[in-house]
Amino acid sequence: MKNSVNRDLPEDVMKDLNYKPFETTEIGHPEIQRVAPKVHVSTGDDKVVTSIKQVIKDTLKDGMTISFHHHFRNGDFVFNTVMREIIDAGYKDLTLAPSSLTGVMNDMVIEAIKAGTITNITSSGMRGSLGDFVSHGGLKNPVIFRSHGNRARAIEHGDIKIDVAFLGVPNADALGNANGMEGDAVFGSLGYALMDAQYADKVVLLTDNIVSYPNTPASIKQTQVDYVVKVDKVGDPDKIGSGATRFTKDPKELKIASTVNDVIVNSPYFKDGFSFQTGSGGAALAVTRYLRQAMIDNKIKASFALGGITKPTTDLLKEGLIDKVMDVQDFDKGAADSMHTSANQQEIDASWYADPDNKGAMVDQLDVVILSALEIDTKFNVNVMSGSDGVIRGAIGGHQDAATAKLTIISAPLVRGRIATVVPDVTTIVTPGDSVDVLVTEYGIAINPKRKDLQEALGNLPGVPVYKIEDLQKLAEQKVGKPKPLEFTDRTVAMIEYRDGSIIDTVKEVKD
Amino acid sequence: MAENEERLRRTMMFVPGNNPAMVKDAGIYGADSIMFDLEDSVSMSEKDAARVLVYEALQTQDYGNAELVVRVNGQDTPYYANDVKAMVKAGIDVIRLPKAETPEMVHQLEDDILAAEKEFGREVGSTHLMAAIESAKGVLNAPQIAAASDRMIGIALSAEDYTTDMKTHRYPDGAELVFARNMVLHAARAAGVAAFDTVFTNMDDTEGFYRETEYIHQLGFDGKSLVNPRQIAMVNKVYEPTEKEVLNAKNVINAIEEARLKGSGVISMNGQMVDRPVVLRAQRVMRLAKASNLVDEEGNYIEK
Repeated sequence: MKNSVNRDLPEDVMKDLNYKPFETTEIGHPEIQRVAPKVHVSTGDDKVVTSIKQVIKDTLKDGMTISFHHHFRNGDFVFNTVMREIIDAGYKDLTLAPSSLTGVMNDMVIEAIKAGTITNITSSGMRGSLGDFVSHGGLKNPVIFRSHGNRARAIEHGDIKIDVAFLGVPNADALGNANGMEGDAVFGSLGYALMDAQYADKVVLLTDNIVSYPNTPASIKQTQVDYVVKVDKVGDPDKIGSGATRFTKDPKELKIASTVNDVIVNSPYFKDGFSFQTGSGGAALAVTRYLRQAMIDNKIKASFALGGITKPTTDLLKEGLIDKVMDVQDFDKGAADSMHTSANQQEIDASWYADPDNKGAMVDQLDVVILSALEIDTKFNVNVMSGSDGVIRGAIGGHQDAATAKLTIISAPLVRGRIATVVPDVTTIVTPGDSVDVLVTEYGIAINPKRKDLQEALGNLPGVPVYKIEDLQKLAEQKVGKPKPLEFTDRTVAMIEYRDGSIIDTVKEVKD
Repeated sequence: MAENEERLRRTMMFVPGNNPAMVKDAGIYGADSIMFDLEDSVSMSEKDAARVLVYEALQTQDYGNAELVVRVNGQDTPYYANDVKAMVKAGIDVIRLPKAETPEMVHQLEDDILAAEKEFGREVGSTHLMAAIESAKGVLNAPQIAAASDRMIGIALSAEDYTTDMKTHRYPDGAELVFARNMVLHAARAAGVAAFDTVFTNMDDTEGFYRETEYIHQLGFDGKSLVNPRQIAMVNKVYEPTEKEVLNAKNVINAIEEARLKGSGVISMNGQMVDRPVVLRAQRVMRLAKASNLVDEEGNYIEK
């Protein structure tokens, strides 16, 4: 069976998992029934425990679904602590449903798969040894990849039914009121974990910092929490942030960033009260700096910045160039600290951020987004999941969700080393070309032919050559040549859901 | 040279000839001239590899309208002869001779280029050359060097070697280069070729870079040699004409056109006669304005 972006989908897997093929980026106005969690009634006086082993024994059974958040990123101690106990206790057949998997979790996940503890995974992404392991057929059942907004949707629908959520927090009181802003291992917004806290049957907080009751501001509330487990350390503060966010000096990144800025500033959306989302890469940070100058020069202010937040963005908030920061996660300590001090930096959960099945999500109001790509093809389809070797090495993140913005800009170099970024067909479609508007490379831009208005607005900018995307693809091929086609087996190792839960593509086992 | 009059040479960006990524990307930054280096930035063990890399890049990569220059190894090295042959064969626009000290060195290069043009069937005279002045002797001989060949498009001051030769080093105020800069500039102007100022290597000193670039712009240099693409926009900014200069230049150009239509040999503007230097300056301002995207196709100033 083929979906509307012409990807062959395996009939048997589609049927087994009860999936529909992707049709359209339009969500429409369906009526949705949300689920609600079980509540084990308590006055809350007996939540604090010291033994995670006992909590696991009291809450977990074979075959259940467990979840974690990835706000600690590579400084996470919670995941490995909990999983160690679960593997050692001999649990089998669990579904792992974290908001995403970071590198520090890889070895433990592989061990749990080999032990039969984990037999199913749903995640935003995976990289490194785990991506390699899965791409080589290490997990029997296909991994389900979902965007951040889609994970929120799937949890609210009951597609992901979390039995026990293990959530690390830098502070909590004895009843479970907690936030991400105080303590040693602060990370700012708890955006992704808020879904787990709201919908899991059992919510277990792990913290190294029990504070006096009642703890405010409470992002996770005592009404949601079953256990508060005291541990030695929840995370390594030095590895939580993506480091000090420095302004890139790479001339190619700067060139791309300045072109992205030219595209934004000359688009119809650059007017007072506009909104934007940038990522965390070097070029994205540079865009923020160029944009700052353009906003000052043109006396324009933004109504909000959205998504994963970095210090350059919170600096704009401080400077008064942005009215509000709508914050689902913080990429660095500067942004996390700013959330603590600024009333205009609002913590939002993944549903509010990007869930398509909503009474309006923030991404629906978004004007401009800048996203990256491992590959983009001549249909403007984007791959952020599989590498040039076909191996899983990425994450959907908010890519599909934010791409619904009015102006979606993909910023990517034409080639990376000897590998083309602009290709005839991407290895894995994550974000459909229908939601992508402009590609910016170091050589020039390509505008989605469906956007006649943008062709007109951006067609004649000084110093910004406009190419057909087919010509950019040819230019890339002229530089690096034509690669030998990748070889895969027939076995499906991962399903890529579109944000509405339909299947946009699959990942096959690589043939070595 | 007529061709010399027409081309802007504000920025000559150095690109190490042994760095594939930088060679590949050299065209994207909008440098007026790109100088692939086979000399100082390439270690002995990589001389052949760099020559092959630059040769292949010149065959396969599109560098748009940039003037393509190669700095070959010195005439006293075993690499020089092959460098010249390969680059002429590759169709390079300009060969840059390092450490030029005498007109004879230029004549030698001229002979070698001519031989290579004949050997590889390239149009005789189509390979241009330039000379880098890097010593006291070179500075004193600059007028003869600049005038040594019809193929010459310009001379460049290279301050690192020069200041070493002068038993000094570079200072922020540039006093140690005052004589050399003026000598090179006058030699270039007298010979009707371009003058390139030396590199500025401290990328963290933006203020110092602007100060030096404004200074050499004021002296009259065509432009500057650059070690980092990030410097291109800064140089272009310094060379960008003001709105007043553009509007004035446009009036001069209009007056020329009016005179041409009338068939009049005398150009006048606001009742005043416009003489040749004014015309030349106006044409240069318009070229700069166009390059800085300050005017539209018809030369009208674009309001910001």
